[in-house]
Amino acid sequence: MANKTVTATRMELTRLKRKLITTRRGHKLLKDKRDELMRQFLMLVRENMDLRKKVEAGLAAANKNFVLAKSTMSEEAVNVAFMTPKQEVSLDVSQKNVMSVDIPVFEYRTRTSDPNDIYSYGFAFTSSDLDDAVKSLSDLLPDMLKLAETEKACQLMAAEIEKTRRRVNALEHVIIPETEAGIKMITMKLDENERSTQIRLMKVKDMLLEDAHHYKEREA
Amino acid sequence: MYKIAVMGESDSIYGFATLGLDTYPTDNPESAQKTLRSLAESDYAVVYITEACAAGIQSEISRYNEEQLPAVILIPGVSGNTGAGVRNVSKSVEQAVGSDIIFGGDKE
Repeated sequence: MANKTVTATRMELTRLKRKLITTRRGHKLLKDKRDELMRQFLMLVRENMDLRKKVEAGLAAANKNFVLAKSTMSEEAVNVAFMTPKQEVSLDVSQKNVMSVDIPVFEYRTRTSDPNDIYSYGFAFTSSDLDDAVKSLSDLLPDMLKLAETEKACQLMAAEIEKTRRRVNALEHVIIPETEAGIKMITMKLDENERSTQIRLMKVKDMLLEDAHHYKEREA
Repeated sequence: MYKIAVMGESDSIYGFATLGLDTYPTDNPESAQKTLRSLAESDYAVVYITEACAAGIQSEISRYNEEQLPAVILIPGVSGNTGAGVRNVSKSVEQAVGSDIIFGGDKE
């Protein structure tokens, strides 16, 4: 891990120490972010699954009604009935920020205020099954929009969680150990340098004293 | 102001027209892909697409997964539920957690 060449200087040591502090703080923050994202995601994804099951069941029922309706009417009659839709739905999209993930929030508006004003045909030439089918679909619309909202939020959050998890892991298993190893190496190198300087000084002092007092000759 | 679109086989989606959603009947993957792309570029915030239609253009759909808009949502068509929508939800759990810890148990 410490195969990166680190210049053993005091300046580098200070830099690495500062980097380690920042990294540790970043790691802690990211970890908290990941945990909170995960908590919210799990809540949201459960809701998403429930909604999806509900919508799918509702759509299956609506589809059945449509098939029934179509079986009693001619293709042309159905086409004519649906030719000019009365209702129009438009969406307002705003954004909600959940842990730095921008999640779209849909708000829908219908053109006509009466929710029952959905039948775009006269009742004379269509079967009553068609009315049921249209009604069941129309009742499902709010749930479908809610589903779109939560499902999109789940997708976006899943991507963000994956990114954050990678970052946390990279910091935890690569950057922090590498920096720690670098700091250790520099400290050891500096200590070693200091010791060798100390020894050299002692040696020089010995030699100087020997020169001045000639201890060895006196002993002899 | 955004709009909502529905894509798929015309039998599965013609009913949505009464609700005021814009329907785009497609019956082959090439035209579906083209339609989806043009819808994503214009002001559609939500695109519902039938599972049968989506099966052919998976890669195009996953392109929009990480974009904020449009939300591409699978719905079962008239031919029945293939479970692709539920699978997608599990997939996003897997992407986030690493393995599907929530819905792994209740697979039919």
